[in-house]
Amino acid sequence: MDDVPEASLSPTLPGVHKPAPSVRIRGLRAYYGDAERVKGIDLDLNANEVTAIIGPSGCGKSTMIRCINRMHEEIPGARSEGRVVLDDVNLYDPSVDVIAVRRTVGMVFQRPNPFPTMSIFDNVAAGPRLANRRRSDLQAAVRTALEGAGLWQEVADRLSEPATGLSGGQQQRLCIARSLAVDPEVILMDEPCSALDPTASLRIEQLIDELKRRVTIAIVTHNMQQAARVADRTAFMLDGELIEVGPTHHMFTSPSDPRTEDYVTGKFG
Amino acid sequence: MSPPAPTATLAGRLMGDVRLRRRRALNRTMETVATLAAVAAVVVLAVVFVSVVIKGIGAINLDFLIHSEVPFGQSGGGIANAIVGTIVLVALASAMAIPVGILVGLHASEFARPRTAAAVRFALDLLNGVPTIVTGIFVFGLLVVGHTQSGYAGAFALAIVMLPIVARAAQEVLSLVPATVREGALALGATRWRAVVRVVLPTASSGLITGALLAVARAAGETAPLLFTSSILTTTGVSTNPGQTLVSIPLRIYQLAEGTSPSEHSEAWAAALLLILAVLAINVVARALYGRTRARMAAMQ
Repeated sequence: MDDVPEASLSPTLPGVHKPAPSVRIRGLRAYYGDAERVKGIDLDLNANEVTAIIGPSGCGKSTMIRCINRMHEEIPGARSEGRVVLDDVNLYDPSVDVIAVRRTVGMVFQRPNPFPTMSIFDNVAAGPRLANRRRSDLQAAVRTALEGAGLWQEVADRLSEPATGLSGGQQQRLCIARSLAVDPEVILMDEPCSALDPTASLRIEQLIDELKRRVTIAIVTHNMQQAARVADRTAFMLDGELIEVGPTHHMFTSPSDPRTEDYVTGKFG
Repeated sequence: MSPPAPTATLAGRLMGDVRLRRRRALNRTMETVATLAAVAAVVVLAVVFVSVVIKGIGAINLDFLIHSEVPFGQSGGGIANAIVGTIVLVALASAMAIPVGILVGLHASEFARPRTAAAVRFALDLLNGVPTIVTGIFVFGLLVVGHTQSGYAGAFALAIVMLPIVARAAQEVLSLVPATVREGALALGATRWRAVVRVVLPTASSGLITGALLAVARAAGETAPLLFTSSILTTTGVSTNPGQTLVSIPLRIYQLAEGTSPSEHSEAWAAALLLILAVLAINVVARALYGRTRARMAAMQ
């Protein structure tokens, strides 16, 4: 792991600090058909912080973050209720447009999912184009997004090549660039490194550290070392409920709930 | 349930008894029969193809391809008018069936609830099973009675034959597009329709073309839908006007085969050879494209 470059990942993006919103989740419940998988969660994602969500497989952590950008409701038969408040706007308010929600709250998925028929450039430009937004500065926006994802130097000379030709780690950073191109305030990451090798994972982790200067981040992870490395705060979920949330070092050294302790010390999960 | 076979000793048990041997013999027999059946299917295709080649190749020459049919009693006619007619009919039918078929496939794979999608699939399979002569009579009653036969009516009948093929193929290949690709587009704030147009359809494109090509190959060889809709010829020359009846290769084969002179019969074989070659070629291209789509989808799973 020593071969990861120490230098800044985005040299032309000199520490852009941008205040991002906080996310307050209140009484969130999510269902698949009749099965309740998220059972009334209250959780805060602090502004410009990384919140890790950990817990055993099937505990509802992915479902929970998919409720934050309202992707959960895209699954046939799935629904969710409760409040997800961005600064002071409830994303579940009837007057809020779900399309606008997803452009404000970006998402990176478990497996890199670049659009297979598009070039590197077109993948990053897909967000603005899908929104039918005619941007005169598309070139610049794509470059900024790729720089923000620490990928510009690797792909600058082959923007028109197919995205599927990139390595797994590069594809995942391309997906991060793709979500950055629509200027999100919050980014949700659903196990973004689970399909990557350790070196590529570390690169994503460094990137997360940079990105939190401009966005608020929630990351679902199975890897507790990863949570310890990247997260300011960590939330532990079990069976659809939030067991405990607190500063990461506190969660891993002196959790107050015995179930958290059992999980982080590897007694189950 | 019969009592278990006597297996007094381990050796006796391992040697197998009569019933075990009988079962093994049956197994071998059925394996052989199934293999023979498979060979027979291939042989049928080979015999059809070879006999058409043998009987048709002699009459195929440039004149045959570039001249139209000649009045009864004369020799030296060709099937240029039938070739052009088939191209116009199939092109018109494709223009009707392919867009609608892809939309039906999209509905079933992207928008419908699972139960509705299953119902649509079933309806398409039923439509695909409707005898094409019935389709022909239906279009005859709808468009020809009270009017005249026309290329439009023929193309409409062919479109009905093509529709379920295009739609089922579209629905199958669209369902192969990984959910993660759709999610990626939706998570960027795309509406479902834009996600479909910009991301899902391009990903499935070569599979969609496969379905369209298979439907084209099927329509090019159809005779029955044209029998009542585009068979009474108003001209023997090359015509591209679908307002009039257009002659097609399959109907021309039928007419030539019904003819009395040996030259007509050999022309029928030659036309059949042409048709079978075209249909085979389209099928081979379609399969190759489908293989590419599958490989691309598999790489993304």
